[in-house]
Amino acid sequence: MQTKDINEEIKWAQINKDVLRSMENPRKAYWVAVGMCLAMLACAVVAEIYQYRTGMGVADLNWPNMWGLYIATFIFWIGMSHSGTLLSAILHIIHADWRKPIYRFAEAMTTFSLMTAGLFPVIHLGRMWNMYWVLPYVSDRGIWPNFRSPLVWDAFAIFTYLTSSALFLFIGMIPDLAICRDNARGWRKKLYTVLSLGWAGTDRQWRHFRKTYLLMACFLIPLAVSVHSIVSSDFAMSIMPGWHVTTFPPYFVAGALYSGCAAIITLFIILRYFFRFEEYMTIPIMEKTCKLTFAIAMVWTYLNLIEFASTWYGHDLVAKEVLVDKFVGHWAPYFWAMLFFGSVLPFTLAFEKLRRHLPTMFVVSLFLNVGMWLERWMIVGPTLSMAYQPFAWNFEYPSMVQWAIVFGSFGWFGLLFLVFVKIFPSVSMYEVKEMVYHRRRAHVEDQAVAFHRRAGDGQPVTDTP
Amino acid sequence: MSLKNILENWSQYRRGHEQGGHHEYEHMWGMAIDLNKCIGCNACSVACYAENNLAIVGKHRYSKSQAMHWMRIERYWDEPELEKAGLVTKGKTIETGASFLPMLCQQCNAATCEPVCPVAATYHTPDGLNAQVYNRCIGSRYCSNNCPYRLRYFNFWSYYEDSWPEPLHMQLNPDLSVRDKGVMEKCTFCVQRIRVAKDEAKMADRKVIDGEFQTSCQQSCPTDAIVFGDMLDPQSRVTKLWKTHQVELGKSKQSKQNPDKRGYRVLEGLNTDPCIMYLERVREV
Repeated sequence: MQTKDINEEIKWAQINKDVLRSMENPRKAYWVAVGMCLAMLACAVVAEIYQYRTGMGVADLNWPNMWGLYIATFIFWIGMSHSGTLLSAILHIIHADWRKPIYRFAEAMTTFSLMTAGLFPVIHLGRMWNMYWVLPYVSDRGIWPNFRSPLVWDAFAIFTYLTSSALFLFIGMIPDLAICRDNARGWRKKLYTVLSLGWAGTDRQWRHFRKTYLLMACFLIPLAVSVHSIVSSDFAMSIMPGWHVTTFPPYFVAGALYSGCAAIITLFIILRYFFRFEEYMTIPIMEKTCKLTFAIAMVWTYLNLIEFASTWYGHDLVAKEVLVDKFVGHWAPYFWAMLFFGSVLPFTLAFEKLRRHLPTMFVVSLFLNVGMWLERWMIVGPTLSMAYQPFAWNFEYPSMVQWAIVFGSFGWFGLLFLVFVKIFPSVSMYEVKEMVYHRRRAHVEDQAVAFHRRAGDGQPVTDTP
Repeated sequence: MSLKNILENWSQYRRGHEQGGHHEYEHMWGMAIDLNKCIGCNACSVACYAENNLAIVGKHRYSKSQAMHWMRIERYWDEPELEKAGLVTKGKTIETGASFLPMLCQQCNAATCEPVCPVAATYHTPDGLNAQVYNRCIGSRYCSNNCPYRLRYFNFWSYYEDSWPEPLHMQLNPDLSVRDKGVMEKCTFCVQRIRVAKDEAKMADRKVIDGEFQTSCQQSCPTDAIVFGDMLDPQSRVTKLWKTHQVELGKSKQSKQNPDKRGYRVLEGLNTDPCIMYLERVREV
């Protein structure tokens, strides 16, 4: 059984070779995947054009179910973006070096899911051609957006997070881009030359690089937490039963990390299989990711229980009605499915045998994300359909237009990701080398001793007399 | 404004909408609806369609619940009481015996729809109205989601050709616009009529006289169930009615001396401070 996170004996040239190989000569499967993503995207584009020209009515939104799948899927994608930051920033700060082989694609996932999420608030607008009105630009008429509105906060939060996480992804990639530059020809050479910003690997450059990276990491952690808290305030700031919940910010952040970690497992397995990254994306690292996911799943479950309890004992009759309706009413099948996928299914991650079995984990991680998507739908849907005014109780059955756009968003995300893995290294070469270097030193006794010596130490520190 | 001043006079700075807020109101348009008088004839709703260029969405879209009735008559059956009287068997809907509740925008003084609009398309006017600026609306629909009364309607489609095919477009009220797809709309208390009345009063250099104009729902009500007027005018009918029934603005719970008075405001416990008072229906059963 493989227990080491990474093989310490691996040669550095081998690391370069393996990663660079993944970026060239796309195989047939790659083009099939690109084609599928394009087809999915085309569905969404056609649906969107139809909706744009005809009106939001084609989505079968109705009174009072004004939000529907678009906003649910928006939260889903925003949520997915959080785990990239978790891996690249939080785990970086706490020196969990097992993140190193897998954080790059997770960070890319962050950026791309934000690029997907950002589309949904625009798609759901009745008059999307005026979407720029939510931004504070100087206008002749002296009109500003309404800074009290959580939707405006959303716009700021998402733009900030997208900018910073894209920057963070890029900064973390600079040494790798230099490796690519040194090994590339043709247009790639030009591209990497520009992108690597003249990286030569000097001490000074490394020093600056480390500082910048750490700074960005420290900046990104509170940002990531605040972004999803702000998304949750779209709901928590309202007065509607089931939305006006104090625990929503942590609940949303936990849910975000949860769905993001599940998505990391999915992409981990896909990349490992197609790029033959067995040496880097190893089973022990997979196990650690699974444990992390399990822990977050339990936090999420706990926050769910808190929400139920506080609604129940808070005895706000209307909020209670909505909660009861989730459990036994119209929404019950989806709600129980959400609880099953979100709280029961993660227990498969607690078993070592299952955790190490990739096909199982692939399926489980997909279903975890189905659960998390349902969670978002269960936040948006029931409150809209049942609130204070009983006359306005009404259900919504999303039309094919809504489903097509939701479906297509996965194609858009997939397409961005597929382009990314062929142009940029999806495994961080320099950080894997660091990891190997440190592990090797800890592994080989002489080197370990030398490693623990500080400059000026007279003798190696050993226990043996 | 020193820190000391803020700390010592904190209560003054905490004044919300419900205490008058920062507004210097010229008028405060309000309403009283007597449910004892309401016979549920829907004339108000029809009049509203005619006056305010409301789109007629058609059967199909109505069944999808995309209707645009700013003024709607809600029907409720008080089942336990009717059961006791032997008028209805449990779980069976009957056509008679309903209580009617005409619902139109409550023009809340602390409107929940206002703070959530990202572009400030809905705001409070110095008339005490909760205004909706169609041209500014981008259709995020957040206002509707945050309205506990669900009194906001969204233009899911472009209705112009369907609703008013020629020559019906000639019947459109020229005093206000026809809304296109993608904007939110709601009852305005017939703001176009308010405007005309205010302008005329200004030209004649006098104040707006109570009863000088009516909202279209009030005008069409055969039983005179709806009373509309300026709440800042102590002599207006609506002010007197509110006073008689001991309902006050700016409260989330009325301190009534006489519990037999029928006045109440819908969901006022949410502290939305609506400007419409309803007079409870007294049933004979």
